[in-house]
Amino acid sequence: MKRGELIGWTAAAVVLAGLPQLLSLFQTVQLTVFVIFAMLALSLDFLWGIAGILSFGQAALFGIGGYVYGIVGIALGTTPLGLIAGMLGPAVVAALIGYVAFYGRVGSMYLAVVTLTLTLILYQVMGSTADPKYAIGDARLGGYNGMTNIPSLSLAGRGGPPLGPVEYFYVVGGLLFLALIFCVTLSRASFGRILQGIRENESRMELLGYDVRWRKLLAFVISAALAGLAGALFASWGNFINPEVFSLPQAAVVVIWVLVGGRGTLWGAILGTVVVQYLTSRVGEVGAIYTTIVLGSILVAIVLLFRRGLAPALMDGVARVVRRRSGGVAAGR
Amino acid sequence: MLTRRTALFELSAASLGLALASMPQRRAAAAEEIVVGNLLDSTGPINIYGLPMVDATKFAIDDINSSGGVLGKKLHLVQFDTQSNNQLYTQYATQLLLESKVAVLMGGITSASREAVRPVVDKYAALYFYNEQYEGGVCDKNVFCTGVTPAQQIGNLAPWAVQEHGPKFYTLAADYNYGHISADWVKVYLQQAKGELAAQEFIPLDVVDFGSVIQRIENARPNVVLSLLVGGNHIAFYRQFAAAGLNKKIPIVSPTFGLGNEQIVLKPEEVEGLTVIYPYFQELDNETNKKWVAAWRQRYGADYPYITDSANTVWNGWHLWAMAANKAGSLEPAKVIAALESGLSFDAPEGKIRLDPQSHHVVHTVHLAKVNDKKGFTIFKSIENVEPSDTKQVCDLIGKPDQHTQYTPKF
Amino acid sequence: MDQAVATAVGVLFSISTLVLLALGLAIIFGMMRVLNLAQGEFLTLGAYTVLIATSHGLSIWAGILLAPFVVGSIGVILERSIIRFLYGRPLDTMLATWGLSLALVGVMTLVMGPTTEGIATPLGSFEVGRYGVSYYRLVVIAISAGAALATYLALRHTRAGLIARATMQSPHLVAVSGVEPQLVYMATFGAGAALAGLAGSVMAPLTGVVPTMGLAFIAKIFITVMVGGSTVLVGTVSSAGVLGLVESAVSYASTPIYGQVAMLALAMVLLRLLPNGMSGLFRGGL
Repeated sequence: MKRGELIGWTAAAVVLAGLPQLLSLFQTVQLTVFVIFAMLALSLDFLWGIAGILSFGQAALFGIGGYVYGIVGIALGTTPLGLIAGMLGPAVVAALIGYVAFYGRVGSMYLAVVTLTLTLILYQVMGSTADPKYAIGDARLGGYNGMTNIPSLSLAGRGGPPLGPVEYFYVVGGLLFLALIFCVTLSRASFGRILQGIRENESRMELLGYDVRWRKLLAFVISAALAGLAGALFASWGNFINPEVFSLPQAAVVVIWVLVGGRGTLWGAILGTVVVQYLTSRVGEVGAIYTTIVLGSILVAIVLLFRRGLAPALMDGVARVVRRRSGGVAAGR
Repeated sequence: MLTRRTALFELSAASLGLALASMPQRRAAAAEEIVVGNLLDSTGPINIYGLPMVDATKFAIDDINSSGGVLGKKLHLVQFDTQSNNQLYTQYATQLLLESKVAVLMGGITSASREAVRPVVDKYAALYFYNEQYEGGVCDKNVFCTGVTPAQQIGNLAPWAVQEHGPKFYTLAADYNYGHISADWVKVYLQQAKGELAAQEFIPLDVVDFGSVIQRIENARPNVVLSLLVGGNHIAFYRQFAAAGLNKKIPIVSPTFGLGNEQIVLKPEEVEGLTVIYPYFQELDNETNKKWVAAWRQRYGADYPYITDSANTVWNGWHLWAMAANKAGSLEPAKVIAALESGLSFDAPEGKIRLDPQSHHVVHTVHLAKVNDKKGFTIFKSIENVEPSDTKQVCDLIGKPDQHTQYTPKF
Repeated sequence: MDQAVATAVGVLFSISTLVLLALGLAIIFGMMRVLNLAQGEFLTLGAYTVLIATSHGLSIWAGILLAPFVVGSIGVILERSIIRFLYGRPLDTMLATWGLSLALVGVMTLVMGPTTEGIATPLGSFEVGRYGVSYYRLVVIAISAGAALATYLALRHTRAGLIARATMQSPHLVAVSGVEPQLVYMATFGAGAALAGLAGSVMAPLTGVVPTMGLAFIAKIFITVMVGGSTVLVGTVSSAGVLGLVESAVSYASTPIYGQVAMLALAMVLLRLLPNGMSGLFRGGL
């Protein structure tokens, strides 16, 4: 790792560690959920930006992670196990879907459609589990109500005291930090470079003798586990999860986070999440309807005007202005 | 690809983004005011219930302020529109408790929304009032439920309907916790009244086509249809039932009809004669109510459609809390809860009510009424001082204070 | 016997609604490789057309007749202003139409309000033994069959259909022979939108009209079109047949929810076995 980059990582870690000292309790709690969403966005950017596979079902995998965490947390009473199960559950679902999609050699559009369909079906299925018979142990799925009374994460073992809001922020922030390091490292390793090769030209990679199928499958499973982790952390954060996580706007907003941040940058997904969430909560104060109109229009506008994402486009613009200011240096390029 | 320079820039940009997003937000109220919080749906399918409740909240706050406020201070209301979205309840409840630091949190309409709020309230040891008719059983030291419960509604409605129309019931219920638990109560009270259940059906809240449901009702030929339907979409049932000509053949009774002013939306010829049971009707003939309705009309206009039972319950919730806080001489939740458990009674628009210390529920006088041809109700029978026995039988928050649960009927 | 008749009508009804709902997207996707995620909102627009027509004193039937023209025009406008810039970028098209779908739901909520409006189901019903069968269901079956037949005839036996098919195979050749391919794309997208409008208008009296109603159908539509594969008619009809049969059979046996799950599971298996969808089973055809 180069020196400057090390400084970057350290700076990020210091800021992360310092934030709760500067912020009020409520702001810390609110920031925690932004960090959780950022992890979800990171999971999509790894899959889409690095491997070039577009999944519309990241929010659904996030939701599955949340539900699995809730079920394990309530039925077994151990929350760290719930966190692990919350990663495994979506990973298994992704493995099944990915197997059909990648080994069936259906086109890239099919995965997008199948994951979208999964989202819609889960929305309806989970919405109709209100009957008490839909329960695993003490954990009732709750239908439209969702699952309530999901235990907060506790590292002290079964029945131990749950983490306080600040401690929880550190756990979530630390996990996001680790996840980002993991994704960056992986994308630079040979596995990640082959994924990028697949993204650029799949048949060439195949002709070069790489088996693209299991690599795409593995990328999808890793991304699903990360989305699931975020979902589990979300369920622990609010002690609550309901079928809204499977709604279409929820699925769309994940794609928007990544698009705004710029595909393939990984860090950009985090930035995009924070910016979009902050803006939508502001617009949401005016009225919920405007949020969907604004989000929808952003999506159309980005696709039509900024193919590489909003943040890279902005940065290019800034760079251009800076270059022009510094007077003719760019001319030699 | 990441290069050294961009990585440095990018990571600091990401951190900056996080920091920017969490810039301190402005504080809402002046120090000499008491901030109180309220969560209700003014938009979305549940707003048919929420809008009158929002009106009642504002009216109640102004009323308390004009009669001296609480502890000599004025109340400052922070009101959020939860948009019929249960996720927003969790989010806004956290915001109100931690950021606005409200002295009391009120609101919630569907039982789903209440169950989303309750864990948050318990987590931060706050005080919460749920002011709406519901399925009973909530037994939580931090929570007071001022609405009417199944023992008070179905416990009187079912025996009356068995006697009046016959024993065979067909239950239609909304498919979430309110509907399921209430349908179980219907079974309990039907058994006591020597009635029988032909069938029960649970309808998701987004269903609007009741064709097959109506067909099954026709096949079952019950004496009574008991409706536990909820929300704007389900209003379609009453219209389609009437369109099939069944409103002249099979009587409907309901402990939910009217809370969303269904009798205003539907035509009188579609629902005239439908029987409901509540503690409050706008038509109630007592002095407090007459004054209240007049003041309401003056405030919100003479053409206000109908003041619902839920609006009356919201009014009661705020006044009970204000009485208790004044009595306790403190806003601290533990002390206010102790004052609320001291056997308060209040002269409400519905008549005199008493707060039961043991269960944190309210003893109501309930009235059976039929929808009339003037988009209102005609009361024909009253039952005085009915205990919330569904909850009281299982819940003793004085003897066993450390409870945060909801009991459901056992067979 | 009565039960058999009632069940047969029920199954036929689910299959033919599936065909009608999916036909518009099948044309857009099959001919242009554009997966329009706003297709559900085109349905909703069709339903609102009927609602507005009936509230202005027109009959339901007039509304159903009007809907394809209204929604078709909206489709053409959107194709000219957004979609045409994205040809050849299938994933970007999906994203843009998704954004369009969200924005359309928002705008319809703003204009029409968030509440469900009902339209009474016309025509009444007749009895088969103990079971009631609604006449309107039979009308829906007839309309679906008619729409599928009309699509077939238009593609197979008209000059416009010939040009459309040729454009999809080789836009350059068509351009060389003096027809503007852009015009063909516009017309095809408009036709797909018009069919969605027709489907939405037909469903309106059965379901009630609300800005989010498209969501209830969109999953089914996608699965049907994906499983159907590249041939517009043969693929869609056969996939609707198989999926509709399974869905209604499982729904009758258990609940509609399990019916949907079974349908999705079957679709996944079919996609694994037949990468080209049902179209892969047939040689040629439309």
